[in-house]
Amino acid sequence: MAGTFKFELVTPESIMLSMDVEQVLVPGSEGDFTVFEGHAPVITTLRPGVIHVTSSEGIKGIFVHSGFAEVTSESLIVLAERAFMTDEIDPRQLKSDLDAAEKALEEGGDDEALRHIYRAIEELKALRGEAA
Amino acid sequence: MANLKELKNRIASVTATRKITKAMQMVAAAKLRRAQEAATAARPYAERMDKVLGNLASSIADPKGASKYLVGTGKDDTHLLIVMTSERGLCGGFNSSIAKIARTRAQQLLSDGKTVKILTVGRKGADALRREFGELFIDEIGFKGIKRLNFSHAEGVANMITTMFEEGGFDVATIFFAQFQSVISQVPTELQLIPAKIKENAQDKKQDDGAAYEYEPDEGIVLDYLLKRNIGTQIFRGLLENAASEQGARMSAMDNATRNAGEMIDKLTITYNRQRQANITKELIEIISGAEAL
Repeated sequence: MAGTFKFELVTPESIMLSMDVEQVLVPGSEGDFTVFEGHAPVITTLRPGVIHVTSSEGIKGIFVHSGFAEVTSESLIVLAERAFMTDEIDPRQLKSDLDAAEKALEEGGDDEALRHIYRAIEELKALRGEAA
Repeated sequence: MANLKELKNRIASVTATRKITKAMQMVAAAKLRRAQEAATAARPYAERMDKVLGNLASSIADPKGASKYLVGTGKDDTHLLIVMTSERGLCGGFNSSIAKIARTRAQQLLSDGKTVKILTVGRKGADALRREFGELFIDEIGFKGIKRLNFSHAEGVANMITTMFEEGGFDVATIFFAQFQSVISQVPTELQLIPAKIKENAQDKKQDDGAAYEYEPDEGIVLDYLLKRNIGTQIFRGLLENAASEQGARMSAMDNATRNAGEMIDKLTITYNRQRQANITKELIEIISGAEAL
């Protein structure tokens, strides 16, 4: 059994979550990674995606919309501008986000931006599956 | 007798005013509590952001190549002043004190031959500065009818600012807002947003266990990303501080008004009673002297 470490999810409006957890799957901009206790210190930006938090209370999914994560050997702090629990997702909000993202895709942009939007759409679709 | 009636009306109207100011004071007190809670809740995010930024900024080896959000454009010809005020009046010197420091700054910059652009957030600041600097306004943002400020409002303003900065619209951006200290004291503050003023961490960037952070994708990109985010955070903080300050200022202004109204009622009541007694005495004298004459 892995040891626990401190996980904090902070949004500009509040500290959304602060708890001891066993493992966290973080959607980093350079690829997803899982943090256990004693992880090497990393600061990374996030892509829109779902954070999976495993603790003694089971697995929680939290959707984050850009932000960054600070990993140290004893804690993980995620600063996200917008975040919500996947089981609290409003399907209508999801639909409008998806529409907005698809519109942005049609409008185009440079490759990097397009890739981001594309990823966001994938993520939103995945979320829709999870929420349904 | 007409005089007595006038006095009576006057007392009634001041009493009504006192009721209104008393109610406004209580509403402001309730709103203040919520605004303070919001400001407190926003603090951890800003603190952590500051910490990471401080770490990063001190670890960047070559400051020249760093993000222009940190080092600036190398000029300071065009200044953007972002004046954040409230949407409503009746809150004492709150709006005028913010407008005052913004005005001083603008005048100083203009006399130095700089170009000044003004972006107002909140109707009252726009009203206060329009006559003097109306032609310098680039936009007026209003939050009318918004009950609860959330981060997306700040984000909207921040996006506008970053877009303008990317297009070379200005070199230096400064925000003006009132820092909330207590119900009786709100300090009008100016804060330079771009280039960012960052408290460099004195302590080593290395962690206690001696391991340095690894950055993904790399330091420069993370720093640039954070600095952009930081603008939104600072504006959000300014908005929340302002919201708390506004309610605090209104509360004390309305408390004063209530007290003044109370004093006025007391004075008017005394005048009214004297007048009434004088009238009675006069009538009595008239009756008595009439009886004596018979």
